[in-house]
Amino acid sequence: MGLETADRVRAVPPSGIRRFFELAEERDDVISLGVGEPDFSAPWAARDAAIDSLERGRTSYTSNRGLLELREAISGHVDDRYDLDYGPDEEILVTTGVSEAVDAALRALVDPGDTVAVVEPAYISYVPGVIFAGGEPLRVPTREADEFKLTPEALESAGAADADLLMLCYPNNPTGAVMTGEELEPVAEFCREHDLGVLSDEIYAELQYENEHTSIATLPGMRERTVVFNGFSKAYAMTGLRLGYAMAPPEVVTAINRVHQYGMLSAPTTAQYAALEALRSCDDEVEAMVDEYDRRRRFVLSRFDEMGVDCFRARGAFYVFPEVPTDESAEAFAEGLLKEQGVAMVPGDAFGDGGEGHLRVSYATGLDDLREAMDRFEAYISG
Amino acid sequence: MTARDDLLDLLVEDARHTTADLARMTDLTENEVEAALAALEEEGVVAGYQAIVDWERTDREVVRATVELNVTLDRETGYGDIAERLARFPQVKTLRLVSGDYDFLMEVEGSSMHDVSIFISEKVAPVPEVTQTVTHYVMTTYKDRGVVLDDDDEDDRLSVSP
Repeated sequence: MGLETADRVRAVPPSGIRRFFELAEERDDVISLGVGEPDFSAPWAARDAAIDSLERGRTSYTSNRGLLELREAISGHVDDRYDLDYGPDEEILVTTGVSEAVDAALRALVDPGDTVAVVEPAYISYVPGVIFAGGEPLRVPTREADEFKLTPEALESAGAADADLLMLCYPNNPTGAVMTGEELEPVAEFCREHDLGVLSDEIYAELQYENEHTSIATLPGMRERTVVFNGFSKAYAMTGLRLGYAMAPPEVVTAINRVHQYGMLSAPTTAQYAALEALRSCDDEVEAMVDEYDRRRRFVLSRFDEMGVDCFRARGAFYVFPEVPTDESAEAFAEGLLKEQGVAMVPGDAFGDGGEGHLRVSYATGLDDLREAMDRFEAYISG
Repeated sequence: MTARDDLLDLLVEDARHTTADLARMTDLTENEVEAALAALEEEGVVAGYQAIVDWERTDREVVRATVELNVTLDRETGYGDIAERLARFPQVKTLRLVSGDYDFLMEVEGSSMHDVSIFISEKVAPVPEVTQTVTHYVMTTYKDRGVVLDDDDEDDRLSVSP
């Protein structure tokens, strides 16, 4: 055959989520708690800015790095919110969602055979991204006993001391775990000691309910070895507009931009104008959405407590990660729950082996559906 | 935001939240929720609990109108006195003193346009202080107290996504 697929593509199995999605699609009465995106629409001001940009005919490419105005707004925003100091000219790159930023960064930073330690359970794209970039993924499991927080011990025992890069995501998809500055410091110390670069996906930074977000890049000696990713999908409910950004020292952003400019050219212009307006005027809407997620989070955690289902107290993103309350595998339990009760939750092992025995439960769903889904869950485990 | 504010937001969103659900969402105990609600009712902060009904989806004919009212005051009669008199009519569902071209904005409900017209002409207009009424019949309600009516938007997100 003239078109032979590449080894590194064949090496990546299909997403575990994909199979579950197909199962869920087979019936139309499903209440889905398997959704990794907000159930809100983007704030109206942001949508209006997108419409306005189209009406004005702003339909051409922007600079590869993104609209300067947007980069300036991002620079001010991350400074205000997270105490991160990145210059708009050389240290910020606007991308087509954080997914593209992570992919471009991996391809810019990974040489063939380089090892990238991925903290698991992890967002489903990290390990494939490492493989596509020619790197070797090294899985670093975190444990529920540690509230799914990363520790130097976990890094040590996984052999991450010899890795080149560390990929992490806090607040975490799928566990909802967060890490404070104090908890990140020993991880930072490990990275400094073993000369690891860090790729820190902070897309859920705004969705943190009991602490303020701390970026690992603000810790001593970390800024020069960290790429911080963030974007508009989660906090601003703009998943479909596909807008993210990467921040790093100039030479690193230049390298990531080299991949980006040949692959993507520039992020969608319409989305960039929407994002600019989101940063300028949508704080109140974000706050209202965060309040609502927090209420749902408390509701779901409390319902699992009442059912006697073990679920550590997730403090970020919009997921909780309960233990499977039966002897079944996560996949078998999730499949049974879907077939018998019409409730979709994602088996934890879709996010790496460390997720086995758990379910990802998204509360980005209205309270009526959440209430019904939790009642059905209870019926399933007692039935 | 205080726990009281949180409870108020939740009740405005859905007054049928059970005490247990309110407790789950606010991290208060059920007893604390009950006590807070009792206090809010006692203080008159929570003045009532009502459903938002889209009457157009029922067989029942409900005619609504908003009525602009101009009044004159004298030494003995203030806005409060007039409001007290008008608010007693069961047909008057909402009554507000407003700034601008008229004094009161009143929402009136009846079983037919004739019913509403008779009420305005025979009960409201004759009130001595009322100098002018302008009645606007409601033709369609799209949003009521923050709730969009006839909103059949499907959740079009993928049922499972990363």
